[in-house]
Amino acid sequence: MRSRAPQLLVAAVGILLVLTAFVPRPAPGAGNAWQGFFAYIDENFSVWFNIMAVFAFGLGAASLLGVHGGRVRRRGRDWPYSLATLLAFGVTLLVGLLKLGGPPGLTGDPADSASILGRIFAAVVSPLQASMFALLAFFVASASYRAFRVRTREASALLAAALVILIGRTPFGSALTQWLPEPLAFLRLERLSLWIVQVPNLAGQRAIMIGIALGVVAMSLRLILGLERGVLGKERP
Amino acid sequence: MSGGLHLSSSVEVWVGAALTLMVFSYLWRDNPFYKLAEHVFVGVSAAYVMVLGFWTTLWPNAIAKLWPGAARLTTPEAVEPTHDWALLLPVILGLLMLGRLHPRTVWLSRWPTAFAIGTSAGYNLVRYLRSDFLAQIHSGMTPSLIATTGGRLALGESLSHAILLGGTICGIVYFTYTRQHRGAWARVAGTGVLFMMVTFGTTFGYTVMARISLLVSRLHFLLGTWLGLI
Repeated sequence: MRSRAPQLLVAAVGILLVLTAFVPRPAPGAGNAWQGFFAYIDENFSVWFNIMAVFAFGLGAASLLGVHGGRVRRRGRDWPYSLATLLAFGVTLLVGLLKLGGPPGLTGDPADSASILGRIFAAVVSPLQASMFALLAFFVASASYRAFRVRTREASALLAAALVILIGRTPFGSALTQWLPEPLAFLRLERLSLWIVQVPNLAGQRAIMIGIALGVVAMSLRLILGLERGVLGKERP
Repeated sequence: MSGGLHLSSSVEVWVGAALTLMVFSYLWRDNPFYKLAEHVFVGVSAAYVMVLGFWTTLWPNAIAKLWPGAARLTTPEAVEPTHDWALLLPVILGLLMLGRLHPRTVWLSRWPTAFAIGTSAGYNLVRYLRSDFLAQIHSGMTPSLIATTGGRLALGESLSHAILLGGTICGIVYFTYTRQHRGAWARVAGTGVLFMMVTFGTTFGYTVMARISLLVSRLHFLLGTWLGLI
């Protein structure tokens, strides 16, 4: 019962949302009760989903406090770093929920640049995020080298496309092949890179998108019809 | 070049510069400075997302509509919203989600999970059929033979269109799992894989470019905004 009833909820919500696609949307103040019901569902279920997502953030926060709080309490391995995580989390949460700094009271945007949260974003979140991603610039170079060493047809296609895009989208790449005569102009790197983006890349992307769409539709149907049960967890004995 | 050192007097810039250097120290090897920056990032980001979720989603969409008086705290001049008691349902489901925190109440979290899965399945089934499956097929259904204004065959464009159509079909053949990939079928699927590799290569190329521009912007921040050298 504990898993059968939620399974029915999955089916009911899924079927209702699929049906909304087939019910015409009434003009404001017009239409019958059923049309209004389906319009309400279509407009509000995504909002309900987002509201629940905020509670899921709370669950994540509880998990973070549990893991790092436990490590600090036990004086476990690397506990000073966990303490830093807890302090950073607590301070940011406090100044954000109380909207400290910026417009008076609870009015104003929480991420306003004058508020303390806005200043934390500018001084901590933004530089850390950008630096973490910038760091990957160094590691993709070694990834390219490893891809180059795998001498298969597929790896060569991947690397050739990446190189043409990387060089062809820069002024250097454009200057490199300017000497090519007009009949061979299509081989100039800037044109070749554009052609790769617009033709073979688009073909691959289209095939992937169609494949993913079919997969999502099949999985959605399996979930709604109750053929995929593992997602709700196992029934406790 | 402005020449000479003009250090920034902003605390935010100094903190940002210190954290940037701590992250870049990982290029040498894993070290305490990098670990500290990493852990601070986790804490601040988690809290930041929670705060934004509370003030931009939970407050206006649930709390302010369940207790309209509360809306005056954030927007005193706004008209009080009307009660929408139906919003109690997602709030209750959200609270049930917290049941995962205790082993004896884990089963309660199946209800919000079921609602979330049902919503995702219902929305995605229609959305993916429309915007990915049908729209992509529709975009691919263009004439492959292109004529110039003079009525002659535009060989280059026609060839590109044929490659686009052929590549898409080969890629879809690769995703067909109901038939074993053997003989000619396997060769068509292999061609599809090549097209997809070009797609991954293009994405890889653009990712590298994006990361390098981020690196340039960080160096510009350190040398310009912080040190005032450029």
